[in-house]
Amino acid sequence: MQAKQKKELMEFACRIRIGIVEEIKARGFGHIGGSLSIADLLAVLYGEIMNYDPKNPKMEDRDKLVCSKGHAGPAVYAALALKGFFPYENLKTLNQPGTNLPSHCDRKKTPGIDMTTGSLGQGTSLAVGIALGDKLKGRNCRTFLIVGDGETNEGQVWEAAMFTAAKKVNNLVWIIDNNKKQLDGYTCDVLNIFNLEEKFRAFGFDAITVDGNDVEQVYEALSRKAIDKPIAIVLNTVKGKGIKEIEEAAGNHSMAPKPEDCDRWLDILHKELAELA
Amino acid sequence: MNVIYTGEMDTRLFKNVIGETISELLREDENVVYLDADLMNCIGTAKLPKETDRAINCGIAEANMIGIACGLSAAGFKPIVHTFGPFASRRCYDQVFLSGGYAGNSITVIGTDPGVTATFNGGTHMPFEDIALYRAIPNAIIVDITDVSMLKDFLRQAKDLPGIKYLRVGRKGSAKVYSEDSHFQIGKGIVLREGKDAAIIACGIMVHEAMQAAEILSQDGIEVAVIDIFTIKPLDVELVKTYARKTGTIVTAENHNKIGGLYSAVKDALDGEAKTGYVAVEDEFGEVGPQDYLQKRFGLTSDHIARKVKETINKK
Repeated sequence: MQAKQKKELMEFACRIRIGIVEEIKARGFGHIGGSLSIADLLAVLYGEIMNYDPKNPKMEDRDKLVCSKGHAGPAVYAALALKGFFPYENLKTLNQPGTNLPSHCDRKKTPGIDMTTGSLGQGTSLAVGIALGDKLKGRNCRTFLIVGDGETNEGQVWEAAMFTAAKKVNNLVWIIDNNKKQLDGYTCDVLNIFNLEEKFRAFGFDAITVDGNDVEQVYEALSRKAIDKPIAIVLNTVKGKGIKEIEEAAGNHSMAPKPEDCDRWLDILHKELAELA
Repeated sequence: MNVIYTGEMDTRLFKNVIGETISELLREDENVVYLDADLMNCIGTAKLPKETDRAINCGIAEANMIGIACGLSAAGFKPIVHTFGPFASRRCYDQVFLSGGYAGNSITVIGTDPGVTATFNGGTHMPFEDIALYRAIPNAIIVDITDVSMLKDFLRQAKDLPGIKYLRVGRKGSAKVYSEDSHFQIGKGIVLREGKDAAIIACGIMVHEAMQAAEILSQDGIEVAVIDIFTIKPLDVELVKTYARKTGTIVTAENHNKIGGLYSAVKDALDGEAKTGYVAVEDEFGEVGPQDYLQKRFGLTSDHIARKVKETINKK
């Protein structure tokens, strides 16, 4: 990856983080930890990997994104706004009455959201169906599925994984945000999911693990082409990534920061952005 | 559409008709996909995955199957999903509700072996609550199939309708009620027999029992109307109210728990406008046995209906 390209992706990721904090500042609370952990992934997907048209969000042969950890909606909304799917100002309507940006992703409300998610586990099967449909229609496109590590507690995730490999739905890319935390604490304490890469390999995937907060590693992983087996990418990430204070907070799944907290975090992110530029 | 009811049983079995109709729909409409959860052999469709990649055996994983069907809907397909009734309702309820209804996807769900028709699979496989569950999904369409003619027509209609469509149907046979190639309108009940003293509103296997009950009552000088309501949601409220006014006594008959099913829907619609009674399963779990035994055990026979009609007419 060229240095310029990497810098652009890092800038995009930083802007996504700024968007997330602005959304949550406007509403006063929100799912900040798991949104920040996938900012780098979304920067790579929407910055380099995915084929889409913000002016035609329903374009049939576009690449699709299913964020099965639907509570990371604020991260996806920030990426979509920055890419012109809707005005950036709309981000401030997160979870306001009548908004098109609800807590959890909703395909009926938000341009660019390809599937409704929120009840954990369900997005996995939905993504399989979308990818299978594209395959049956002969469309040359991929579906990217983001699954939370805590979400893999749900049995449906493994039903969908089994199906993906058994039926060779190779135009579906599984991405697991392994940020090591879920609502009640560390995944190893709540319900240990052990080694995700090994699990996906055992389920018949071509599975790899990379640093999910390093845009270069994420880009290289997502550039792999599935040959015989579907690809599963385990992203080692940090919940709350980008703002030390949030990373270190015990309960960072959902937070209710004061406006001055958000302003302090926005200062940090804007400084980082200036340094990148 | 002609009513040809004589009490004679159809020699054709529902399971074969489901399988044949799905095969035809797959051939006729390139957007139809059919998904099953390891129960293809039960409806004669096991050969289909070899013939088309739009017939998919998902294995024993109903929640995943519903999710995939909903994803296929989003990708432009018209999914038809089959499994036994309890697995098509309880087992995957959140998936039908959210991945289907809430997310704006369109799927046809066929739940076979409703209520006592589950016979020797017993209580674990005997849904008396599937209608109640589907009724609570906003805008879902629920049809309790009466005969082969209706089954064929609804399978064809359902695939093109938006939203959640639940077809409740046995695998064995039924009495012949309608002529071949009949067309049915969703949400419009059919008056099978006129009568001034009371009206029996029935669905599914209870339509035949209701017709038999009308004969029994006629011998005692009581003339009852019989309505095949078949669409439990949306309910034909107008027809129900018309017969409430005409006869003053409404008795429902369903192969389902009295909670949340046809009786509950009719009672909601009437809001005290007539004397009402029900023939339904009293808040109980199912059990194993032949269908005639189970119908007696759970009070779902023509005799039960006839008694209930007399009782309801005589209510003060």
